[in-house]
Amino acid sequence: MSHSSAKQFSQGILDSIPLVLGGIPFGVIFGTLAMNAGFDIWQTIGMSSIVFAGSAQFVAVGMLAAGTSMGFIVGATLIINLRHLIYAASMLPHVKHLPQRWRVPLGFLLVDEVFAATYPRYLNNPQSTNNHWHYLGVGVSFFVSWNLATVVGIFFGANVDGIGEWGLDFAMSATFIGMVMPHLINKPMIAGVLTSALLALVTYSLPHKIGLVIASLGGMTVGYLLEQWQTKERES
Amino acid sequence: MNIWLLITLMAVVTFTIRYALYARANAISLPPKLERALKYSAPCVLTAIWVPAVLMPKGEFDPTLSNPYFIGGLIAVAIGLWKKNTLLTIVVSMTCFFAYKWAF
Repeated sequence: MSHSSAKQFSQGILDSIPLVLGGIPFGVIFGTLAMNAGFDIWQTIGMSSIVFAGSAQFVAVGMLAAGTSMGFIVGATLIINLRHLIYAASMLPHVKHLPQRWRVPLGFLLVDEVFAATYPRYLNNPQSTNNHWHYLGVGVSFFVSWNLATVVGIFFGANVDGIGEWGLDFAMSATFIGMVMPHLINKPMIAGVLTSALLALVTYSLPHKIGLVIASLGGMTVGYLLEQWQTKERES
Repeated sequence: MNIWLLITLMAVVTFTIRYALYARANAISLPPKLERALKYSAPCVLTAIWVPAVLMPKGEFDPTLSNPYFIGGLIAVAIGLWKKNTLLTIVVSMTCFFAYKWAF
């Protein structure tokens, strides 16, 4: 199936809507927390627009408020965002034909939500040569809404008492659960996800969020090995 | 601490991770085994984030009725498995979560 670039782009925006919806409360709460932690307006906007990394932004603000030194905060950022390297590896075969002027913005936009929303497009539409417009549509839509939500949080948070207690951070969990559940249709994927869940709980107390990496890699390994084993069973 | 310096360093680290492979995409080819394992990346990574967020929102393992994150998470998992619809899962579970949180 072949689509025009404009159609791919608008389909990307359309496909981003569920994730944008989940991202908005999360962005609002970030804007609020950053201001409470001593960031000024421009620094808070800078975090969302220049760093553009939801969970790392939260952890950084929390660590800063707890008096952690800069080196550790940057180190935690590295570990928390290492998962994006996995996404980049998954996208690699699909971006290698693009010029650098495409790869730079697409790389910048490669967050959880964007990857989860656009990767299926590539898998379901392998012969299409302009899926990168879909990727861009999802990415721009999520970037703009994340930053608008941050700005709302900056001004809203200061005027609303106890907004940090509302539980707006549940939006992230709801979004991620909503993205994961449709994948649970075969045994290797179910086993991989359960492994990751268990390892994430067990390793939670390890410093600098390193448990996140251990759990992710553990889950992927189990899924992959089970798939290998199933293929062999079928062949023999 | 110089916050702008922190933002700059965080931005450099984050962008480098996301762009490093893209930068040399023509020169790198992944082994087919790794490519197959990468299919499991997004669900496993996201799960490693949401499971602790829902089961231990305050840092302690808390799968009880007094933990609205746990209740909301359970509802999200149930709807997600049943309907396999991302938007529906998000909307219904968030509504239930906030209703439960305000009711108790």
